[in-house]
Amino acid sequence: MIIPDLNLVATLPLLFLSAWACVLLIVGLWISKDRTHVSGWLTCLGLIVTIVLVVSAPEVSQEAFGGMLAIDGFSNLLHLLFLGSGLLVTLLSLNYLKQHDIERSEFYPLLLFSVVGMMSMAMAKDLIVVFLSLELLSIPLYVLAGLARTRTGSQESALKYFLLGAFASAFQVYGIALVYGATQSTSLASITASIAVHGSTPLLLSGIGLVLVGFCFKVGAVPFHMWTPDVYEGAPSIVTTFMSVGAKAAGFAALVRVFFEGFELVAVEWAPLMAIFAILSTIVGNITAISQKSIKRLLAYSSIAHAGYLFVAIVAGGQGDFSDFAASAVVFYLFAYACANIGAWAIVIALEKTDDIGTAIGDFAGLARSNPGLGVAMTIFVLSLTGLPPTMGFVAKFYVFRAAVNVGYTWLVIASVATVLISAYYYLRIIVLMWMKDGNEIDSSPVPLNFVVVLAAVTTLLFGVLPGPVMGLLEKSIQGIF
Amino acid sequence: MYEFILHITSTLTVVTFFPLVGVFVLLLINKEKKDLLRWVGVGTALLTFVFSLVMLGQFDSQDAGMQLVVSESWIQIGSNWSIDYHLGVDGLSVLLVLLATLLTPIAMFASWTAIEERVKEYMIFFLLLEVGMTGVFLALDLFLFYIFWEFTLVPMYFLIGIWGGENRIYASIKFFLYTMAGSILMLVAVLWIGTVQGTFSYTALASMGNIPPGTQRWLFLAFAAAFAIKVPMWPLHSWLPDAHVEAPTAGSVILAGVLLKLGTYGFLRFNLGLFPDASHYFAPSIAFLAVVGIIYGAIVSYPQKDVKKLVAYSSVSHLGFVMLGLFALNDRGIQGAILQMVNHGISTGALFLIVGMIYERRHTRSLDEFGGLWTVMPLYGSLTLIVVLSSMGLPGLNGFVGEFTILLGAFGSEALGSYYYSIVAALGVILAAIYMLWMFQKMFLGAVSNEKNALLQDLNWREIVVLVPLLILIFWIGLYPSPFFNLMSASVEQLTAALDFGNTLVLQ
Repeated sequence: MIIPDLNLVATLPLLFLSAWACVLLIVGLWISKDRTHVSGWLTCLGLIVTIVLVVSAPEVSQEAFGGMLAIDGFSNLLHLLFLGSGLLVTLLSLNYLKQHDIERSEFYPLLLFSVVGMMSMAMAKDLIVVFLSLELLSIPLYVLAGLARTRTGSQESALKYFLLGAFASAFQVYGIALVYGATQSTSLASITASIAVHGSTPLLLSGIGLVLVGFCFKVGAVPFHMWTPDVYEGAPSIVTTFMSVGAKAAGFAALVRVFFEGFELVAVEWAPLMAIFAILSTIVGNITAISQKSIKRLLAYSSIAHAGYLFVAIVAGGQGDFSDFAASAVVFYLFAYACANIGAWAIVIALEKTDDIGTAIGDFAGLARSNPGLGVAMTIFVLSLTGLPPTMGFVAKFYVFRAAVNVGYTWLVIASVATVLISAYYYLRIIVLMWMKDGNEIDSSPVPLNFVVVLAAVTTLLFGVLPGPVMGLLEKSIQGIF
Repeated sequence: MYEFILHITSTLTVVTFFPLVGVFVLLLINKEKKDLLRWVGVGTALLTFVFSLVMLGQFDSQDAGMQLVVSESWIQIGSNWSIDYHLGVDGLSVLLVLLATLLTPIAMFASWTAIEERVKEYMIFFLLLEVGMTGVFLALDLFLFYIFWEFTLVPMYFLIGIWGGENRIYASIKFFLYTMAGSILMLVAVLWIGTVQGTFSYTALASMGNIPPGTQRWLFLAFAAAFAIKVPMWPLHSWLPDAHVEAPTAGSVILAGVLLKLGTYGFLRFNLGLFPDASHYFAPSIAFLAVVGIIYGAIVSYPQKDVKKLVAYSSVSHLGFVMLGLFALNDRGIQGAILQMVNHGISTGALFLIVGMIYERRHTRSLDEFGGLWTVMPLYGSLTLIVVLSSMGLPGLNGFVGEFTILLGAFGSEALGSYYYSIVAALGVILAAIYMLWMFQKMFLGAVSNEKNALLQDLNWREIVVLVPLLILIFWIGLYPSPFFNLMSASVEQLTAALDFGNTLVLQ
């Protein structure tokens, strides 16, 4: 028997977090019900330790588990994104779960397992690992979506997410099987080698197409987006926050790795398809968002549109010389999106009362007067989501569009910026309500939530004005990987 | 550390970002201390004006190139990105910077009693707006320019949307979306230039001058989309009357006085500076639209019942002159256009202030409500007459100098190739006299027609202080304009030389 080179040391963060999650699951049994916040703080501790492990890892690209996992600049950066958003979500949930009476100690281990899934997603160099990670990240989320099991909305959300998620997984695994049939391998390196020899075959292309469909489901790109608004609306807001940032980022991480590394040689075939997804997502997402009355649905549609903008960069990655640039653009965009989106959802959570009261857009009325701090922060997040300077969202859009212009997709950029204008309309509505209408007083928000909001707002502004260091770090870490 | 201090104390950085200091101070003040908030706001803006005078003192009018340049690498990564924090001033922008820093404290001071609600936010947004405006005039990196350009939208949007009239939300959203629609096309052009030419630096791009004529035309149009909406050129002007009518007085002053100039300045700096061939190619079409705007604005002004709307449409007409002068593509035309930008800022700014003063007293701006005001408010009437005469271009006052130079420039312009533009535009001067005098007559002459007006107070000291600097400039530019022309002439000559050179290249 040949034992492959496991290289466990390199995967230490992943292993540690998995172990921590298991420990928490057991420890949870001994923590009494009214002290679940202890689990919450332990989760924070675990996440912080993992972040330290990731940051202190050596800056060399390595492989583990016989080449199935890659540990490199790209995966490390995304790990920080997943762990960071996990940490912020945990902080938000400390009060949220209690307020909504869904405080259960399983919440935190499930969250951690999902984070582990996301992390391995960003490392996957083998289609099997992609599939496994996808399941590991999704299954806890199905459960979490149904966390508020007494509410029918939450039940519906969980069931819908599960059924459509299973559906998507089926597509994906079928696609993987076809790709295997065409190339005799599931490893990205061997797939590339095989494509180099045999060229593109109908079997391979159908496989790639199905894999792509699976990804599109996960990241919520049109026309596979139908589940997004219902699931986002029904799931407890805290879960939606995590889903809309983490799951989407993980989906794009694997998409970048698989398509830039494994299927790069047939980019001519898939790039136009991605361009179509980009256009459809930005148009449908933004136009549908205009008519929404619930802030949760509005943000759901806006997240569909953001998936579209990310696809604009993916299109650019097909051309060898520019794929590093495109990957950096994707990662930067994900960071900008994560900051603004977590911040915006935190404010939604601050306004939300039990039983779905307080989630209408109208509930934002007068926020800038009744709670200026939250009002200003929300304005910053909304401007960043629109892509206006001086926020990180502007730099992110600039980055992504530049990646597309690099490879000559100027028409795609023109189409996308036109949809930015549409998005400005509904984002402005939120600002109008907050600043120019009168509304109810709101209760003061809890300290952890304020911390999250301030952190997200400061990051969004700071790296909007001085994006250089982050972009430099990105391009340095990602250089030469794809 | 020493370099850092040297860097942040460089003149242009201070002129641009000093208002932010005021913003931070304002944030610390209790929102109930309204007078303190006002003093801090106006004081910051006044200090910024003083700094801009320092800039003027350091400015050498003999030098055609960029002066007081600050250049610091900002986003510098490998070969992919080279974006600089790059500011500089030359003859094309120096007057406009001064205009912005002068009008801001005036507008803020003028809203002393008009704004009672949310004074703190008001002052903060005003100062942020000033940062954006000054930044646009000084930025020499396309990326930086775009950031300032888009950024001006946000505070102005709040100023209209929070402190505006009844229909303010509609007007503010229209303003925002209209302007943004143009600027996103410019964003694509900026991206394209930065990617293909490998730099975002204006000075580098202008000196390279190697963009093929066919491409220049596309880029010209993309930039023009952003600027033409902002100017606004006919037929893209429909956001302007709405925004003006709903904006608070000070908002209108800045909107007409400075924000519209961002558009004409954009044409001057980027379209003429970067795309000389395309400028020649499109000059007749733009001049045609400009002339249509001159006549259209004048005709539509005449029947307006709302004084503010009348002034707003007159802006469309006046800005048409500026565009005509710019696209005459010769020294006279461009110098006249720059001076006319300043003139329009002064005269129209003053007109909006004047309208605001009567609005504060009567809470209406309808022409039908007024009549015979001169007997009630003699000082107000006299000052208004001066501003009205300046706006319609009476010789001896500022408007005449600008318009006359523009008409001369357009008359002899080779790029336009026909003197009909000038002839029709001259008609606009006559029309301006008609609608302006008509307005003055209805408001001020005759007997007091409405008894509500009989007891109105004449101007108080604060209102006089607000108007005096503008009146001084009206006479100064009208009687002795050469210092103003001297400031810009070297740079304008350099620009027209480059324009001619670019054009002859194509002809060969």
